[in-house]
Amino acid sequence: MEQRAIAEAVKAQFPEEVVDIVDHHGQVGVLLRPGRIVDILRWLRDSDTLCMEHLRALCGVDNKKRKTPYPERFEVVYQLYSISLRHEIRLRVLLPEDDAHVESVVSLWEGVNWLEREVFDMFGIRFDNHPNLTRVLLPDDWEGHPLLKEYPLKGRKEWQGLVDLKEKVKRLDQYGFYAAAPTAEEKEAKAAAPVKAEAKVVENAAPAGEESKTLRERDQA
Amino acid sequence: MNEPIRQTMEVPVATGDEERYRLRMGPQHPATHGVLRVELELDGETIVVCDPQVGYLHRGIEKLAENRTYAQTLVLTDRLDYIAAMANNCGFCVAVEKLLAINPPLRARYIRTIVSEMSRLSSHLLWLATHALDIGAMTVFLYCFREREILLELFEELCGARLTFSYTRIGGVRQDVTASFIDGLQRFVDIFPDKILEYETLIDTNRIWLKRTVGVGVVSREQALSLGLSGACLRASGVDYDIRKHQPYDAYGLVDFEVPIAQEGDSYARYRCRMEEMRQSVRILQQCIDQLPPGPIVSDDAPDLHMSQRIIPFREARVSGFGTALIALSHKTKPTYPAGDIYVATEVPKGELGFYIISDGSPRAYRMHIRSPSFIHISALKALSEGALVADLITNIGSVDVVLGESDR
Amino acid sequence: MQVLLLLFYIVILFTVVMLHVAYATYFERKIIGHMQVRMGPMEVGWHGLLQPIADGIKSFFKEDIIPENADALGFRLAPVVSLTAMVGALAVLPFAPGWVLADIDIGLLFIFAMSGLASYGVILAGWASNSKYSFLGGLRSMAQVISYEIAMGLSLVGVMLLSGSLNLSTIVEAQGGSFGGMYIFPQIIAFGVFFVAMLAETNRVPFDLPEAETELVSGYSTEYSGMRYAIFFMAEYVGMMVMSALGAICFFGGWSGPFAVPLFPALWLVLKIYAFMFVFIWIRATMPRYRYDQLMELGWKWLIPLALANIVITAVCKALF
Repeated sequence: MEQRAIAEAVKAQFPEEVVDIVDHHGQVGVLLRPGRIVDILRWLRDSDTLCMEHLRALCGVDNKKRKTPYPERFEVVYQLYSISLRHEIRLRVLLPEDDAHVESVVSLWEGVNWLEREVFDMFGIRFDNHPNLTRVLLPDDWEGHPLLKEYPLKGRKEWQGLVDLKEKVKRLDQYGFYAAAPTAEEKEAKAAAPVKAEAKVVENAAPAGEESKTLRERDQA
Repeated sequence: MNEPIRQTMEVPVATGDEERYRLRMGPQHPATHGVLRVELELDGETIVVCDPQVGYLHRGIEKLAENRTYAQTLVLTDRLDYIAAMANNCGFCVAVEKLLAINPPLRARYIRTIVSEMSRLSSHLLWLATHALDIGAMTVFLYCFREREILLELFEELCGARLTFSYTRIGGVRQDVTASFIDGLQRFVDIFPDKILEYETLIDTNRIWLKRTVGVGVVSREQALSLGLSGACLRASGVDYDIRKHQPYDAYGLVDFEVPIAQEGDSYARYRCRMEEMRQSVRILQQCIDQLPPGPIVSDDAPDLHMSQRIIPFREARVSGFGTALIALSHKTKPTYPAGDIYVATEVPKGELGFYIISDGSPRAYRMHIRSPSFIHISALKALSEGALVADLITNIGSVDVVLGESDR
Repeated sequence: MQVLLLLFYIVILFTVVMLHVAYATYFERKIIGHMQVRMGPMEVGWHGLLQPIADGIKSFFKEDIIPENADALGFRLAPVVSLTAMVGALAVLPFAPGWVLADIDIGLLFIFAMSGLASYGVILAGWASNSKYSFLGGLRSMAQVISYEIAMGLSLVGVMLLSGSLNLSTIVEAQGGSFGGMYIFPQIIAFGVFFVAMLAETNRVPFDLPEAETELVSGYSTEYSGMRYAIFFMAEYVGMMVMSALGAICFFGGWSGPFAVPLFPALWLVLKIYAFMFVFIWIRATMPRYRYDQLMELGWKWLIPLALANIVITAVCKALF
């Protein structure tokens, strides 16, 4: 089935839910309200004419720095594909900035579990009725959600876990390996040292020359 | 400072009548193929709870892609599935070309098909090697590496790298193939079917191999679809889904090959599927060698590979490489990156690798999501392994064929 | 004087066996190397001939690490127990007529006892290491040894019945009268069972579950390093040799051969042991590893019934003819 026709079918079935239908490079996206997403996906999966049994991908989008005609900040994008009928469609669920949450579809596809966890991890979008909505790629005590547009590319500060680990290493070190290695401050001091040493050499150069001269003179004498 | 650290082995968590034993496998473990960590709760040696954990190799490639031009992002795709980096390069280029509406010349498409299939072979060889080693057959490991070495040397001859290639370009490929490369490939294609037979005689007729793989990690057709499996794992469960056939890209629509499918859905079926896939890859390679057309290797309207933020026509840099590309700098034109979003999936050795790219008209992706097969396959390990033995978990990790670089991104 | 002579013999035997152990590792690496299209050790000496010595020196000078939370006594004791038991079994092996340290009447039982004892070392290592992988390895080893000890003992009952003795020298001499001068022909079933049980007793592929590299990292020896690890290694190879010798003595006519070798009557037995060792290595290069439950299934459902059937058949035949 043509993508446009699928989109129209979705609109015919759920007229209240569809916000817009957009077309880019021959790929059609249906923009949806978050309310009945599970019903829509179930209908798409189980309908005989559509038969979208393969959820290809699920990801989040932060629209903060992009001009869109919609006020909502977040999107959750579902890529659906029908293996038996060989057609696809994209569903984009619009979510408001405050209290971004959408119903989880783990009940339809088991494999979505981690994908939804990843979206939560990266964007902080919550999935209702998810069996285990925790971070998946980042440590559990990570602060912030990295794929948000305001999150800096280099991160804000060292992860607390690494700081703790370094302290633990120091504490557990019974053989003095860590103590023997120069700390960051010592390294800095060392890096700065050669410059000072050079300066000293320059300062000392003249007196040393004089001294050697006097020694030679003494020898001659 | 020197406080004594005495702790006993954390023995059993008692739950009701049974006592369970908690084992944290990995990230440093010989059989977890990188830095996968699996938390197990064992009853004897039977797995009661299996909880795979990823993220040790998370480098934030999706975030980085938002801050780099498409040509710069290409280099990151090497670091996804580092065993089959060429297939990732191709997948990314196909996606970006679709977004920018660039049509690569036919010769480039054939060359890309060749390198994709070569990387499929090299990935499958590494999979077979490690899978066999996990089960305990050590010799197959070295046999596979013997052939993989030929492939890597061919890659080296083609683009100077053995692991992270960045060979393809948006709109074509970087360098043309040489006659000696084609000769070497032809020699490889001639000998390789016999080598596949060699592996099969070593392991396929072995009763222990059959005992260890048949009926282990069974996934039904419905479960496989529900788990979101793709690639050989899905085909081993009886689903005819190969993107090379469903949505042909590069030159896959122009060559003739079959998609091997098995019905059983166990580790052995996955093994058989991949072995047959190797044969089909050889077939594709042979056809590509025979049909390779002459012509340019980079499309005229391809953007430049330089770090410039502007789009630059590639006219001068068509044939050779970097030197002439510099001349092309003088032809500066205004950027024409269309806004919009696109999802393009390609069939990489591990399964379906999809790139969902949103463009807002700038030369950088506004958002790039990578649908990585390994990530989803690792999440399926839980369903595959609970109730099985520890040894079966090892078989399953090997047979779903995961790469942690791709999973963690 | 007698004691001094005996001590001298012991030293000679021990030295020869230890040299064999060293070069067994070399040949294992070489043979597997060539089977796997590579060279094996090549650097130390001509074609790596000095490699075992280099390995020995290396492991001797490595830092001896005992994990903080391990049970130090058990951890230290385990490799010694393994090696002592295995070396002890050498005492009753007859290499040629009269070439035996202790010609006792229960030689066969003594070897069973000693190889059973050696597995205590493995179990102790698994327990004392205080590590989960070691612990699982130890448990696996325990279950495996118990299962296969029975099969092995039963498989040799046929030999005992035919020869009427447990003394290994007598068993060899008794074989002279049978077809081909070897018990392999009347006891072919028993040999099959013995061979499989032998691989399992020595923790070799395809029964190397206690140290299954890809499952349990290194099993019971995960926490060991340096010389202690090397002692485990030696125990494994001495075990292989003892089992090879036992197989050669009980089924292949021991020291008897097509003609008597004048100065070195043990030649035939030694050659037979080498052949066994080669098969051990060959199997290692070819086979994948069994799973734990399959191993148990093979032991209890196949080997033990087969061995029992063999006993019945042998006894009936012996009574009738």
